[in-house]
Amino acid sequence: MKFTVQVNEGPYQHQASDTAQQFVRAALEKGHEIYRVFFYHDGVNNGTRLTVPPQDDRHLQKGWTELAEKHGLDLVICIAAAQRRGIMDADEAKRQGLDADNIAPGFRISGLGQLIEGGIQSDRTVVFGD
Amino acid sequence: MAILHIVNKSPYERDSLTSCLRDAKSGSGLILIEDGVLAADKRGKFAGALGDASKGMKVSVLGPDLDARGISRDNVVDGIQIVDYAGFVDLVAEFDCPQSWL
Amino acid sequence: MSTVKKFLFLNRKAPYGTIYALESLEVVLISAAFEQDVSMAFVDDGVYQLLKGQKTDGIGMKNFSPTYSALGDYDVTKLYVEKESLEERGLTVDDLMDLKWEDEDDDWAEKDSIVVVSAAELADIMEQQEVILSF
Repeated sequence: MKFTVQVNEGPYQHQASDTAQQFVRAALEKGHEIYRVFFYHDGVNNGTRLTVPPQDDRHLQKGWTELAEKHGLDLVICIAAAQRRGIMDADEAKRQGLDADNIAPGFRISGLGQLIEGGIQSDRTVVFGD
Repeated sequence: MAILHIVNKSPYERDSLTSCLRDAKSGSGLILIEDGVLAADKRGKFAGALGDASKGMKVSVLGPDLDARGISRDNVVDGIQIVDYAGFVDLVAEFDCPQSWL
Repeated sequence: MSTVKKFLFLNRKAPYGTIYALESLEVVLISAAFEQDVSMAFVDDGVYQLLKGQKTDGIGMKNFSPTYSALGDYDVTKLYVEKESLEERGLTVDDLMDLKWEDEDDDWAEKDSIVVVSAAELADIMEQQEVILSF
């Protein structure tokens, strides 16, 4: 079965990103396809490469990046939500005249249409948030 | 079309579970995750409502979230099944449409 | 894209205290651009999103409630408000914005977008959906 997963909260503040990651791992292990993971609201904060959690804590951004590398996961950050919250890729930072970008490997920034398209293409869309 | 209702809020703090049970039809599913698992403790005041719900709905609770919060699996309301993340995935696949009560 | 799915946007939070209502509206508008079969449900504090007379000057935030009036132009014409949630809050449909859409199949007759439904009716509406996004 094909799943799209929506993550609405940032890492660490709320369990949503953890649960979504556990869900995605379990779904992949069972042979399901993850069509897309869409990060919305504060969920876009999962995609900054500048997080440095304590060494004995899990690293959520790296967890997502590793899933993307291993399974070709499509990790999409909503551009409108990202601009509000300062999540930038190199192109967008340049376009906005900013001096830095912070997007983590494996993530890409795109429009809300990617969420709707995920809903259309997938058998199930599951939302994790607060 | 049967819905899998997903509730992740403590019923003591938020009304998600109450609203969900008000709008849920018999034959649908309910899974309690994250702080939502607090409702599944049979010593608590939502035990009755969940026990009743489990007669018409398939009610599940995410075991790892119970364990993390120190709620013994023995204290889960009768009629509620305890699942792991793989079981959660199975439920999402089993029901036609998941609905999160955020 | 030719596939049309039934999308329901479930709104359960009041506006301004958190960003969910505003960003939900942004998704709704995009989904309409994809020509999907879109409905919105307003339950619990979500009913406050539709209240008349929102004035946000004092809090320094943008009043986005006029956007709800534009939904009809995007063919988003099904706004279900749960009766029990209104009653609990001492509200009636008269406290909500008067949202209309024009039905081109009915000589452009003006119709109400807001429909007050009971929890049982809303349960039936939910069961008809293929994608439910919650905010």
